Amino acid sequence: MTASGEEQQFSSGFVRSYVITGGRGLPDAEDLSLVTLVTLAPESQLPPNPSPEVRKIWDLCSGGYLSVAEVAGHLGLPVGVARLLLQDLNQQGHLLRRKAPPPAQLVSREILEEVLHGLQVRFG
Amino acid sequence: MDSKSASAERLYLPDAVQRAAKILVVGHFAVGKTTLVGTLSEIPPLRTEEGMTQAAAQVDDLRGATGKTTTTVALDFGRLTLSDELVLYLFGTPGQQRFVELWEDLARGSLGALLLVDPARLADTFPVIDLVETYGLEYAVAVNSFDPHSQHAEDELREALDLLPDTPVIFCDARDEKSSARALITLVSHLLAHTA
Ligand SMILES: Nc1nc2c(ncn2[C@@H]2O[C@H](COP(=O)(O)OP(=O)(O)OP(=O)(O)O)[C@@H](O)[C@H]2O)c(=O)[nH]1
Ligand SMILES: [Mg+2]
Repeated sequence: MTASGEEQQFSSGFVRSYVITGGRGLPDAEDLSLVTLVTLAPESQLPPNPSPEVRKIWDLCSGGYLSVAEVAGHLGLPVGVARLLLQDLNQQGHLLRRKAPPPAQLVSREILEEVLHGLQVRFG
Repeated sequence: MDSKSASAERLYLPDAVQRAAKILVVGHFAVGKTTLVGTLSEIPPLRTEEGMTQAAAQVDDLRGATGKTTTTVALDFGRLTLSDELVLYLFGTPGQQRFVELWEDLARGSLGALLLVDPARLADTFPVIDLVETYGLEYAVAVNSFDPHSQHAEDELREALDLLPDTPVIFCDARDEKSSARALITLVSHLLAHTA
Protein backbone atom coordinates (compact mmCIF):
# COMPACT_ATOMS: atom_id res chain seq x y z
CA MET A 1 0.00 0.00 0.00
CA THR A 2 1.32 3.42 -0.86
CA ALA A 3 1.11 6.64 1.08
CA SER A 4 -1.25 8.25 -1.37
CA GLY A 5 -3.09 5.04 -2.07
CA GLU A 6 -3.47 6.12 -5.66
CA GLU A 7 -0.31 5.53 -7.53
CA GLN A 8 2.83 3.51 -7.21
CA GLN A 9 5.87 2.44 -9.13
CA PHE A 10 5.28 -1.09 -10.21
CA SER A 11 8.43 -2.31 -11.93
CA SER A 12 8.85 -5.55 -9.96
CA GLY A 13 5.14 -6.32 -10.25
CA PHE A 14 5.37 -5.66 -13.95
CA VAL A 15 8.03 -8.30 -14.39
CA ARG A 16 5.93 -10.72 -12.35
CA SER A 17 2.87 -10.05 -14.48
CA TYR A 18 4.88 -10.57 -17.62
CA VAL A 19 6.00 -13.99 -16.48
CA ILE A 20 2.51 -15.13 -15.45
CA THR A 21 0.96 -14.22 -18.77
CA GLY A 22 3.77 -15.71 -20.83
CA GLY A 23 4.56 -12.31 -22.30
CA ARG A 24 1.29 -12.00 -24.19
CA GLY A 25 -0.49 -8.71 -24.43
CA LEU A 26 -3.20 -7.97 -21.91
CA PRO A 27 -6.73 -8.48 -23.22
CA ASP A 28 -9.28 -5.79 -23.69
CA ALA A 29 -11.72 -4.88 -20.95
CA GLU A 30 -14.75 -5.57 -23.15
CA ASP A 31 -15.69 -9.19 -22.51
CA LEU A 32 -14.47 -9.51 -18.92
CA SER A 33 -15.44 -6.21 -17.35
CA LEU A 34 -14.57 -5.42 -13.72
CA VAL A 35 -18.04 -6.53 -12.62
CA THR A 36 -18.60 -9.48 -14.95
CA LEU A 37 -19.49 -12.39 -12.64
CA VAL A 38 -17.55 -15.59 -13.20
CA THR A 39 -17.20 -19.08 -11.78
CA LEU A 40 -15.78 -22.42 -12.90
CA ALA A 41 -18.10 -24.71 -14.82
CA PRO A 42 -19.07 -27.72 -12.70
CA GLU A 43 -16.87 -30.78 -13.17
CA SER A 44 -14.08 -28.83 -14.86
CA GLN A 45 -10.79 -30.70 -14.77
CA LEU A 46 -7.68 -28.81 -13.72
CA PRO A 47 -5.31 -28.83 -16.73
CA PRO A 48 -2.07 -30.82 -16.25
CA ASN A 49 0.97 -28.97 -14.90
CA PRO A 50 -0.84 -25.81 -13.87
CA SER A 51 1.27 -22.78 -12.97
CA PRO A 52 0.84 -21.61 -9.37
CA GLU A 53 -1.39 -18.76 -10.60
CA VAL A 54 -3.62 -21.10 -12.60
CA ARG A 55 -3.94 -23.35 -9.57
CA LYS A 56 -4.86 -20.41 -7.35
CA ILE A 57 -7.44 -18.98 -9.72
CA TRP A 58 -8.86 -22.47 -10.14
CA ASP A 59 -9.28 -22.92 -6.38
CA LEU A 60 -10.79 -19.47 -5.94
CA CYS A 61 -13.23 -19.70 -8.84
CA SER A 62 -14.42 -23.21 -8.05
CA GLY A 63 -16.27 -22.00 -4.93
CA GLY A 64 -18.97 -19.83 -6.51
CA TYR A 65 -19.59 -16.61 -8.42
CA LEU A 66 -17.30 -13.59 -7.98
CA SER A 67 -16.69 -10.47 -10.05
CA VAL A 68 -13.54 -10.21 -12.17
CA ALA A 69 -12.39 -7.40 -9.83
CA GLU A 70 -12.82 -9.68 -6.79
CA VAL A 71 -10.84 -12.46 -8.48
CA ALA A 72 -8.00 -9.98 -9.05
CA GLY A 73 -8.27 -8.58 -5.52
CA HIS A 74 -8.26 -11.98 -3.80
CA LEU A 75 -5.33 -13.22 -5.88
CA GLY A 76 -3.34 -10.01 -5.45
CA LEU A 77 -3.06 -9.60 -9.22
CA PRO A 78 -3.56 -6.54 -11.42
CA VAL A 79 -6.96 -6.66 -13.14
CA GLY A 80 -5.41 -7.11 -16.59
CA VAL A 81 -3.52 -10.22 -15.51
CA ALA A 82 -6.54 -11.78 -13.79
CA ARG A 83 -8.51 -11.08 -16.95
CA LEU A 84 -5.96 -12.89 -19.07
CA LEU A 85 -5.99 -15.97 -16.82
CA LEU A 86 -9.81 -15.95 -16.87
CA GLN A 87 -9.82 -15.61 -20.63
CA ASP A 88 -7.69 -18.75 -20.87
CA LEU A 89 -10.14 -20.63 -18.65
CA ASN A 90 -12.94 -19.35 -20.85
CA GLN A 91 -11.27 -20.51 -24.04
CA GLN A 92 -10.76 -23.93 -22.49
CA GLY A 93 -14.50 -24.06 -21.79
CA HIS A 94 -14.11 -23.97 -18.00
CA LEU A 95 -15.65 -20.59 -17.25
CA LEU A 96 -19.29 -19.64 -16.67
CA ARG A 97 -20.10 -15.95 -17.01
CA ARG A 98 -23.14 -13.86 -16.17
CA LYS A 99 -23.97 -11.26 -18.76
CA ALA A 100 -22.03 -8.02 -18.35
CA PRO A 101 -24.04 -4.92 -17.41
CA PRO A 102 -25.16 -2.64 -20.24
CA PRO A 103 -23.22 0.57 -21.00
CA ALA A 104 -24.27 3.62 -19.00
CA GLN A 105 -26.55 5.03 -21.70
CA LEU A 106 -28.62 1.88 -21.57
CA VAL A 107 -29.08 1.64 -17.81
CA SER A 108 -32.68 0.73 -17.30
CA ARG A 109 -35.16 2.09 -14.79
CA GLU A 110 -35.71 -1.45 -13.69
CA ILE A 111 -32.16 -1.98 -12.44
CA LEU A 112 -32.11 1.43 -10.70
CA GLU A 113 -35.40 0.59 -9.00
CA GLU A 114 -33.98 -2.72 -7.84
CA VAL A 115 -30.81 -1.06 -6.54
CA LEU A 116 -32.81 1.61 -4.72
CA HIS A 117 -35.16 -0.94 -3.20
CA GLY A 118 -32.24 -3.15 -2.15
CA LEU A 119 -30.45 -0.24 -0.46
CA GLN A 120 -33.60 0.88 1.33
CA VAL A 121 -34.25 -2.61 2.65
CA ARG A 122 -30.66 -3.04 3.74
CA PHE A 123 -30.12 0.31 5.42
CA GLY A 124 -33.73 0.97 6.42
CA MET B 1 -12.84 -25.69 -0.87
CA ASP B 2 -15.99 -26.11 1.19
CA SER B 3 -18.49 -23.74 -0.36
CA LYS B 4 -20.93 -24.33 2.47
CA SER B 5 -18.76 -22.92 5.24
CA ALA B 6 -19.69 -19.59 6.77
CA SER B 7 -16.63 -17.79 5.44
CA ALA B 8 -17.18 -19.16 1.94
CA GLU B 9 -20.76 -17.97 2.05
CA ARG B 10 -19.51 -14.48 2.81
CA LEU B 11 -16.83 -14.72 0.15
CA TYR B 12 -19.02 -15.84 -2.76
CA LEU B 13 -22.18 -14.43 -4.24
CA PRO B 14 -25.46 -16.36 -4.00
CA ASP B 15 -25.69 -18.94 -6.80
CA ALA B 16 -28.83 -17.28 -8.15
CA VAL B 17 -27.12 -13.93 -8.70
CA GLN B 18 -27.63 -12.82 -12.28
CA ARG B 19 -26.66 -9.20 -12.49
CA ALA B 20 -24.01 -6.85 -11.21
CA ALA B 21 -24.31 -3.06 -11.04
CA LYS B 22 -21.51 -0.60 -10.44
CA ILE B 23 -21.35 2.84 -8.86
CA LEU B 24 -18.20 4.95 -8.69
CA VAL B 25 -17.15 6.79 -5.54
CA VAL B 26 -15.05 9.67 -6.81
CA GLY B 27 -13.24 12.65 -5.35
CA HIS B 28 -9.87 14.27 -4.94
CA PHE B 29 -6.95 12.96 -2.89
CA ALA B 30 -7.76 11.90 0.70
CA VAL B 31 -11.38 13.03 0.59
CA GLY B 32 -12.70 9.77 2.07
CA LYS B 33 -13.36 7.47 -0.92
CA THR B 34 -11.76 4.39 0.62
CA THR B 35 -13.44 5.10 3.93
CA LEU B 36 -16.91 5.30 2.39
CA VAL B 37 -16.44 2.13 0.35
CA GLY B 38 -15.26 0.29 3.46
CA THR B 39 -18.12 1.61 5.57
CA LEU B 40 -20.76 0.28 3.19
CA SER B 41 -19.16 -2.93 1.89
CA GLU B 42 -20.36 -6.32 3.14
CA ILE B 43 -16.94 -7.86 2.47
CA PRO B 44 -13.60 -6.50 3.67
CA PRO B 45 -12.81 -3.98 0.93
CA LEU B 46 -10.51 -5.32 -1.75
CA ARG B 47 -7.78 -3.60 -3.67
CA THR B 48 -6.44 -4.27 -7.11
CA GLU B 49 -4.46 -2.39 -9.71
CA GLU B 50 -5.16 -1.14 -13.18
CA GLY B 51 -2.46 -0.14 -15.64
CA MET B 52 -1.76 3.50 -16.31
CA THR B 53 -2.27 5.29 -19.60
CA GLN B 54 0.36 5.34 -22.27
CA ALA B 55 0.33 9.13 -22.28
CA ALA B 56 1.04 9.36 -18.58
CA ALA B 57 3.82 6.77 -18.89
CA GLN B 58 5.43 8.94 -21.54
CA VAL B 59 5.10 11.99 -19.34
CA ASP B 60 6.92 10.08 -16.61
CA ASP B 61 9.63 9.14 -19.11
CA LEU B 62 10.08 12.78 -20.03
CA ARG B 63 10.41 13.61 -16.39
CA GLY B 64 13.41 11.32 -16.33
CA ALA B 65 11.85 8.38 -14.54
CA THR B 66 13.30 5.00 -15.47
CA GLY B 67 12.67 3.96 -19.05
CA LYS B 68 10.52 0.86 -19.16
CA THR B 69 8.74 0.77 -15.83
CA THR B 70 5.04 1.26 -15.73
CA THR B 71 2.81 2.77 -13.07
CA THR B 72 -0.48 1.48 -11.85
CA VAL B 73 -3.43 2.94 -10.06
CA ALA B 74 -4.83 1.25 -6.98
CA LEU B 75 -8.57 0.71 -6.96
CA ASP B 76 -10.52 0.02 -3.80
CA PHE B 77 -13.83 -1.64 -4.10
CA GLY B 78 -16.57 -3.14 -2.00
CA ARG B 79 -19.69 -5.20 -2.51
CA LEU B 80 -23.33 -5.06 -1.50
CA THR B 81 -25.58 -8.01 -2.32
CA LEU B 82 -28.96 -6.35 -2.78
CA SER B 83 -31.13 -9.35 -3.57
CA ASP B 84 -30.79 -13.03 -4.47
CA GLU B 85 -30.05 -12.01 -8.00
CA LEU B 86 -28.53 -8.50 -7.90
CA VAL B 87 -25.18 -7.32 -6.55
CA LEU B 88 -23.83 -3.77 -6.39
CA TYR B 89 -20.13 -2.91 -6.49
CA LEU B 90 -18.69 0.39 -5.27
CA PHE B 91 -15.39 1.48 -6.79
CA GLY B 92 -13.29 4.16 -5.13
CA THR B 93 -11.82 5.95 -8.11
CA PRO B 94 -8.91 8.39 -8.13
CA GLY B 95 -9.74 11.79 -9.56
CA GLN B 96 -6.60 12.50 -11.55
CA GLN B 97 -7.00 13.65 -15.13
CA ARG B 98 -4.11 11.51 -16.25
CA PHE B 99 -5.75 8.14 -15.62
CA VAL B 100 -7.85 8.28 -18.76
CA GLU B 101 -7.90 4.59 -19.68
CA LEU B 102 -8.79 3.68 -16.15
CA TRP B 103 -11.71 6.07 -16.21
CA GLU B 104 -12.98 4.68 -19.49
CA ASP B 105 -12.92 1.20 -18.04
CA LEU B 106 -14.55 2.23 -14.78
CA ALA B 107 -17.20 4.48 -16.27
CA ARG B 108 -18.35 1.86 -18.77
CA GLY B 109 -21.50 0.29 -17.37
CA SER B 110 -21.61 2.47 -14.23
CA LEU B 111 -24.98 3.61 -12.96
CA GLY B 112 -23.49 6.91 -11.81
CA ALA B 113 -21.03 8.50 -9.40
CA LEU B 114 -21.07 9.68 -5.82
CA LEU B 115 -18.78 12.73 -5.76
CA LEU B 116 -17.14 13.30 -2.38
CA VAL B 117 -16.27 16.91 -1.65
CA ASP B 118 -14.29 18.45 1.19
CA PRO B 119 -15.60 22.03 1.49
CA ALA B 120 -12.20 23.22 2.69
CA ARG B 121 -10.61 22.07 -0.57
CA LEU B 122 -13.20 22.97 -3.18
CA ALA B 123 -10.67 23.81 -5.88
CA ASP B 124 -9.47 20.20 -5.85
CA THR B 125 -12.96 19.08 -6.82
CA PHE B 126 -13.16 20.98 -10.15
CA PRO B 127 -11.01 18.55 -12.16
CA VAL B 128 -12.97 15.64 -10.73
CA ILE B 129 -16.26 17.19 -11.86
CA ASP B 130 -14.70 17.67 -15.31
CA LEU B 131 -13.87 13.97 -15.45
CA VAL B 132 -17.29 12.84 -14.29
CA GLU B 133 -18.95 15.05 -16.88
CA THR B 134 -16.52 14.00 -19.62
CA TYR B 135 -17.58 10.41 -19.14
CA GLY B 136 -21.26 11.29 -19.09
CA LEU B 137 -21.84 10.09 -15.54
CA GLU B 138 -24.75 11.43 -13.54
CA TYR B 139 -23.71 12.28 -9.99
CA ALA B 140 -24.70 13.48 -6.56
CA VAL B 141 -22.44 15.51 -4.28
CA ALA B 142 -21.67 14.15 -0.81
CA VAL B 143 -20.05 16.84 1.34
CA ASN B 144 -17.60 15.11 3.62
CA SER B 145 -17.06 17.70 6.29
CA PHE B 146 -13.80 17.11 8.11
CA ASP B 147 -14.10 20.15 10.33
CA PRO B 148 -17.13 19.80 12.60
CA HIS B 149 -17.03 23.52 13.40
CA SER B 150 -17.17 24.72 9.82
CA GLN B 151 -20.57 25.74 8.58
CA HIS B 152 -20.90 25.48 4.84
CA ALA B 153 -24.19 26.54 3.45
CA GLU B 154 -25.52 24.39 0.67
CA ASP B 155 -26.20 27.29 -1.67
CA GLU B 156 -22.62 28.56 -1.30
CA LEU B 157 -21.33 25.13 -2.28
CA ARG B 158 -23.71 24.91 -5.21
CA GLU B 159 -22.57 28.23 -6.50
CA ALA B 160 -18.87 27.53 -5.95
CA LEU B 161 -19.12 24.19 -7.76
CA ASP B 162 -21.52 25.52 -10.38
CA LEU B 163 -23.93 22.63 -9.91
CA LEU B 164 -27.13 22.12 -11.86
CA PRO B 165 -30.19 22.94 -9.77
CA ASP B 166 -31.33 19.33 -9.56
CA THR B 167 -27.91 17.85 -8.62
CA PRO B 168 -28.38 16.58 -5.06
CA VAL B 169 -26.08 17.87 -2.32
CA ILE B 170 -25.99 15.88 0.88
CA PHE B 171 -23.81 16.23 3.98
CA CYS B 172 -22.21 12.99 5.05
CA ASP B 173 -19.65 11.34 7.29
CA ALA B 174 -17.90 8.59 5.36
CA ARG B 175 -17.10 6.77 8.60
CA ASP B 176 -20.76 6.40 9.48
CA GLU B 177 -22.83 3.67 7.86
CA LYS B 178 -26.23 5.35 8.07
CA SER B 179 -24.87 8.62 6.80
CA SER B 180 -22.98 7.00 3.91
CA ALA B 181 -26.00 4.86 2.99
CA ARG B 182 -28.16 7.97 2.92
CA ALA B 183 -25.76 9.59 0.46
CA LEU B 184 -25.82 6.51 -1.78
CA ILE B 185 -29.61 6.29 -1.66
CA THR B 186 -29.84 9.98 -2.57
CA LEU B 187 -27.65 9.32 -5.59
CA VAL B 188 -29.70 6.35 -6.80
CA SER B 189 -32.98 8.25 -6.35
CA HIS B 190 -31.49 11.03 -8.46
CA LEU B 191 -30.37 8.56 -11.15
CA LEU B 192 -33.86 7.12 -11.25
CA ALA B 193 -35.39 10.57 -11.67
CA HIS B 194 -33.05 11.06 -14.64
CA THR B 195 -33.89 7.82 -16.43
CA ALA B 196 -36.78 7.58 -18.80
N1 LIG C 1 -13.65 13.71 9.95
C1 LIG C 1 -13.78 12.88 8.92
N2 LIG C 1 -12.69 12.19 8.50
C2 LIG C 1 -12.81 11.35 7.46
C3 LIG C 1 -14.05 11.19 6.78
N3 LIG C 1 -13.87 10.34 5.75
C4 LIG C 1 -12.58 9.97 5.77
N4 LIG C 1 -11.92 10.56 6.81
C5 LIG C 1 -10.49 10.41 7.12
O1 LIG C 1 -9.75 11.05 6.09
C6 LIG C 1 -8.57 10.30 5.74
C7 LIG C 1 -8.56 9.97 4.26
O2 LIG C 1 -9.63 9.10 3.95
P1 LIG C 1 -9.53 8.03 2.79
O3 LIG C 1 -10.81 7.25 2.83
O4 LIG C 1 -8.26 7.27 2.83
O5 LIG C 1 -9.52 8.98 1.52
P2 LIG C 1 -9.35 8.58 -0.02
O6 LIG C 1 -10.19 9.53 -0.79
O7 LIG C 1 -9.56 7.13 -0.22
O8 LIG C 1 -7.82 8.94 -0.19
P3 LIG C 1 -6.85 8.59 -1.45
O9 LIG C 1 -7.24 7.23 -1.92
O10 LIG C 1 -5.48 8.64 -0.86
O11 LIG C 1 -7.09 9.68 -2.43
C8 LIG C 1 -8.61 9.07 6.64
O12 LIG C 1 -7.77 9.33 7.73
C9 LIG C 1 -10.05 8.98 7.09
O13 LIG C 1 -10.18 8.36 8.34
C10 LIG C 1 -15.18 11.93 7.26
O14 LIG C 1 -16.29 11.85 6.74
N5 LIG C 1 -14.99 12.75 8.32
MG1 LIG D 1 -8.29 5.75 -1.19
